[in-house]
Amino acid sequence: MTFDVQIDGVPARLELHRDGDLYRFRLGDRAELQAQLAEVEPGVFSVLLGGRSYEAHAERDDGHRDEHGHECAWITVRGRRFRIAITDPRRWTQSSAAAHGHDRETIVASMPGKIVRILVQPGETVVAGQGVIVIEAMKMQNEMKARHAGRVTAVRVREGETVAAGAILAAIE
Amino acid sequence: MFSKVLVANRGEIAVRIIRTLREMGIRSVAVYSDADRASLHVRMADEAAHVGASPSGESYLRIERIIDAARAHGAEAIHPGYGFLSENAEFAAACESAGIVFIGPSPDAIRKMGSKTAARELARAAGVPVVPGMDHGARDADEALGFARDCGYPLLLKAVAGGGGKGMRRVDRNEDLAAAFRDASSEAERAFADATVYVEKLIERPRHIEMQLLGDRHGHLIHLGERECSLQRRHQKIMEECPSPLVAEHPEMRQAMGEAAVRIARAAGYYNAGTIEFLVDARRNFYFLEMNTRLQVEHPVTELVTGLDLVRLQLAIAAGEPLRLAQEAVTLRGAAMECRVYAEDPDNDFFPSPGRITHLARPAGPGIRLDSGVYPGWTVPLDYDPLLAKLAVWAGSREEARVRMIRALDEYHVAGIKTNLGFFRQLLEDDQIRRAELHTGLVDEFLSRRPQPEIDAELEAIVVLVAQAFLTARGESSTNRKGRSPCAAWRLAGRDELLQ
Repeated sequence: MTFDVQIDGVPARLELHRDGDLYRFRLGDRAELQAQLAEVEPGVFSVLLGGRSYEAHAERDDGHRDEHGHECAWITVRGRRFRIAITDPRRWTQSSAAAHGHDRETIVASMPGKIVRILVQPGETVVAGQGVIVIEAMKMQNEMKARHAGRVTAVRVREGETVAAGAILAAIE
Repeated sequence: MFSKVLVANRGEIAVRIIRTLREMGIRSVAVYSDADRASLHVRMADEAAHVGASPSGESYLRIERIIDAARAHGAEAIHPGYGFLSENAEFAAACESAGIVFIGPSPDAIRKMGSKTAARELARAAGVPVVPGMDHGARDADEALGFARDCGYPLLLKAVAGGGGKGMRRVDRNEDLAAAFRDASSEAERAFADATVYVEKLIERPRHIEMQLLGDRHGHLIHLGERECSLQRRHQKIMEECPSPLVAEHPEMRQAMGEAAVRIARAAGYYNAGTIEFLVDARRNFYFLEMNTRLQVEHPVTELVTGLDLVRLQLAIAAGEPLRLAQEAVTLRGAAMECRVYAEDPDNDFFPSPGRITHLARPAGPGIRLDSGVYPGWTVPLDYDPLLAKLAVWAGSREEARVRMIRALDEYHVAGIKTNLGFFRQLLEDDQIRRAELHTGLVDEFLSRRPQPEIDAELEAIVVLVAQAFLTARGESSTNRKGRSPCAAWRLAGRDELLQ
């Protein structure tokens, strides 16, 4: 099977054949590799490849799905952390659903925290990069900014409210 | 010795103090806010008292509630840890008048060392060099300009009541001084409710080296060697070591700085544990910076190298026992390093990352000490400092300690929230760190030239393989659990609906 992947934002193609816990796979036009993989603890993978042993920690990245709606995971191995996005050709509907809403931007809390200031009102127009909402956590303030220019269609939170990571704060069209 | 002690703190330092209390057979009383009901220090203590709502101003900083809790539980003494009320003279005095022993110095010594300008005056009187600067707060920007004319640029504006880098501004030219003065004052006002700032000569690329002091209530005062804390970000220490690599090369500095530190503490009538911080310039001149009148965050590196338990010694001193440790008996063996593990995102300007810890793998094995305040399944609250744990290592030499720390960082994994573990891993492999060419601006310089790690084709392939296996397994299982599908199209559509 073939998947489109992104390694820290850099696109590549993964070709993969699985037989039980044995994987034959190829990244881009590199040589084919063969590895044995076992999930030894939840989210912890032991990989044996050519007699070498690796341990990798995997976490789902719920709050930060990429702009095409691809599933993302953070993988940490040997002290290095990678962000991997994967599109499965069988589940192409995901990307089409995301594409459907591509002219609408939602401002999402990148960390849990308390809303300390709302900088825009519904109906107001914003430019790309303009601050929309300020969140505070652990004595630090973080300004959530609009990625694209547009009109604010909704503000979903009030000042003083506590929000979770990934919570929708506002929408811009 | 006391039979019961209240720990007026939370997180890793409360856990660390409770451990020594347990070893000494002293009952421990934890205090907790609403957000900390399930915190590790509450689980580990023998008794616990609720002291208020989550914001620290309504719980950990409320003097009367802490004292009431100590009374209600029959604690004879209070250990304040660091931060919160630890350097609050009013709190130390309130303990005294309630007949409870404050485990620390006298209220008078806290007061004397708490004001930066008063502490500088005291150091100067004790014959210890201070960074050239004003001996009082500046009335206005004009007075600061007058000082600048005599002393020259670059300068540093500092809050008189300051700490943690708040109310601090570097100034390089006359024309920038007025604006910087305004900024520093208003920041100081917000942080310390005192807008007073003063001016110091800025020492370029200094090292931060501090002396650990210990004194009993009978006039015996010694130093336990130095710590180097030159690795800082936003004026906050992130990695510390003992001994200082510079002092290890020039051991005469240890004696000179140690004697100077003891002189200052003696002049302040100081007892219990404390730390005198110095800046050291390129010619190895040292200047008094400030005194911390409490146990330091980074005390474990001193403990690893001296073999002493500072909390145990603090308790003995507070109980009035004489300190049976002569200066000559203090020896430093090997080398120790400590990394401060924060819930923060190094890829997003180090923004805080509170949340639930879904998985935790802890380092272990030779020479590892982990002072942690967290456990898997626990949610890191967003109300407090993001320090999760301190990872310290000991080894026979500095280089062995450095590679041991890298090994320990490789074994350490925190899932569910972001941490700076990977950042330390990169930092420790930097040539300048390896060669111990340290100064307080090094971390910022490293961040601006932060090298892209080399791409290892095999590692990259494995990472992609694991991601694919992980997401496939989770995707298949989660579609069966209603409402848990992490990325299904209907959920995106649902989000849109919410916004209509």
